[in-house]
Amino acid sequence: MSTTLEPPASPPGTAVKTKPSRQVGDRVFAGIATGAGSLILVVLAGVAAFLLVEGIPAIVAPPEDVPGENGFVAFAGPLLFGTMLAATIALVVATPFGVGVALFISHFAPRRLAQGLGYLMDLLAAIPSLVYGLWGVTVLAPATVPSAQWLADNLGFIPFFAGPASTTGRTMLVAGLVLAVMILPIISAVSREVFLQTPQLHEEAALALGATRWEMIKMAVLPFGRSGIISGAMLGLGRALGETIAVALILSGLGIITFNLIGGQNSLTIAANIALDFPESSGLAVNALIASGLVLFLVTFLVNAFARYIINRRREFSGAN
Amino acid sequence: MTTSTSEPTGTVGTEKAGGPSPARRPGKLPPRAAWIVLGVATAVALLLLLTGTNPALLAVGLVVANVGGIYMWSRLVEGPRAAKDRMVTAIVTTSFAIAMIPLVSLLYTVVSRGSERMDGAFFTNSMLGVVGEGGGAYHAIIGTLIVTGLAALISVPIGIMTAVYLVEYGKGRLARAITFLVDVMTGIPSIVAGLFAVALFQLLFGPGIRLGIMGAVALTVLMIPVVVRSVEEMLKIVPNELREASYALGVSKWRTIVKVVLRTSVAGIATGITLSIARVIGETAPLLITLGAVTGVNLNPFDGRMASLPVFSYYSYVAPGASPEPSIDRAWAAALVLMLIVMALSLFARLISYLFSPKTR
Repeated sequence: MSTTLEPPASPPGTAVKTKPSRQVGDRVFAGIATGAGSLILVVLAGVAAFLLVEGIPAIVAPPEDVPGENGFVAFAGPLLFGTMLAATIALVVATPFGVGVALFISHFAPRRLAQGLGYLMDLLAAIPSLVYGLWGVTVLAPATVPSAQWLADNLGFIPFFAGPASTTGRTMLVAGLVLAVMILPIISAVSREVFLQTPQLHEEAALALGATRWEMIKMAVLPFGRSGIISGAMLGLGRALGETIAVALILSGLGIITFNLIGGQNSLTIAANIALDFPESSGLAVNALIASGLVLFLVTFLVNAFARYIINRRREFSGAN
Repeated sequence: MTTSTSEPTGTVGTEKAGGPSPARRPGKLPPRAAWIVLGVATAVALLLLLTGTNPALLAVGLVVANVGGIYMWSRLVEGPRAAKDRMVTAIVTTSFAIAMIPLVSLLYTVVSRGSERMDGAFFTNSMLGVVGEGGGAYHAIIGTLIVTGLAALISVPIGIMTAVYLVEYGKGRLARAITFLVDVMTGIPSIVAGLFAVALFQLLFGPGIRLGIMGAVALTVLMIPVVVRSVEEMLKIVPNELREASYALGVSKWRTIVKVVLRTSVAGIATGITLSIARVIGETAPLLITLGAVTGVNLNPFDGRMASLPVFSYYSYVAPGASPEPSIDRAWAAALVLMLIVMALSLFARLISYLFSPKTR
């Protein structure tokens, strides 16, 4: 490398002499950069490949050897169901609030307050999920017990609230709500960014024509920000699907399929099941858990790829470039 | 409007009057009308609370009454369009307030529960041989620093060079594929990254293995995309004029990148790296399945299990042993330390970008 450290502003006469060494430096550097980029491809391929190699034994194993003794599909199916259920609750709860928070920060809050709130939401997005989980199980879960009881008593005809209500509050509903709290900063951050990029002229034109603030938002901001809302929600969904430790702290393990959100027996998510069972597992059980992780990987891959597709379709509006 | 007298009122005018008498000017609510409605609704709710209504139901009622109240009042005085505007304002503000409740509650809980064990022993003692009271998270803090440091050591160079490739060299299919896959990697669930490390090392060293370096590998998978993304953004905003000026002086491409492009964006890169460390330092799930847990200090990431702060907190909470209270206190204290580290890193990152970013003159 030392040969490449010629001073760049060398006199013109020496240009011929430094040229080859420059090319060596350039080539080496370009090679390192390309190698690093290619390594990303290798790593991602490696993630899929190693999960596949270690997961396949469980998928092809005789049914009675897989945990649950009914084969891999019966093992992973209920977990996939639980994952979807928890993530759906989180998404349904968090999206309207996320958009509300984003709108509040971008268009309703006083300008001076807005920037501070933006920072605050970014900070909250960085809080470790463990902290959310501890909060969920000690504060939120007990707090929901009376409400869950009320739901079971008065709205029990809806399958979601069939009851009997859990007495500890460690229910699928609470897990979904904690996930909602966790993904809310993500959804609001992405939406806010897009809302703030609405062309000022569109907004001012709407206001100048006599629109109220809501009419301005409805006509100028929301149509512009729709892709931002969708992609923010998808990114949040991706995080909710893969969230592990918060769910593992709240739900305790029974891999059953039930729509009852407030009962004492709950579905479990793939990620939480891995965290709960992995430390005590050995042999084929480990392979089964890795295979379920592969399923999770595929699901989140699809969700994220979809989100990116939507973002990229509107690339011209995004911050970069 | 037009000067023609055949149509004295435009469509906007009639719409605004909103009624049979176009001459009526809409009134105006007093300033702070929203606060008045909120105050009245809250007062009624508090009265009902004293009579023993279900608080959760009452909270729902309060929100509905607040939003509905401002709508009805404004509709009577100001007309439907203004009423709708005020209603949406109330809804957006309320949803913001509701969204803040759990976050404030979370911060309060962690700080109040965690500060109980924020003493010297917590930072200087390990859990070796500790049953019941006392003990600390020294071993876990050390483990977290080692594992996160290793992860940063691996992923920062790879991340920066990948970003350099994407911005300065990348064209065509490979660059597009890398961009896409970096985006996808951002969304890899942390537990899957942990499983990847487990599967990799299991194939190499046999089943049941737990090493510090496994955790670092898992965190690397999570960290690289964050580093790439942030560095890429920073390199993109380096003005092209700087590169061209450098080339014009006869500087080779790689020295231009190192001395001009990276030098210009060093503050932004440092910010991005700090934020990426903040993102992975709190990861529990991948460390849970790759590091395992021990009670003593282990300084060697290539030999045996290691403790880490999040896993320590998790196990202290879910498996408190014979005397739960001290263990659960330790769990909260560890969670608080973790959160403070993350917050400090985030603020530090902002500080770097504030102090060292090139000033636009």
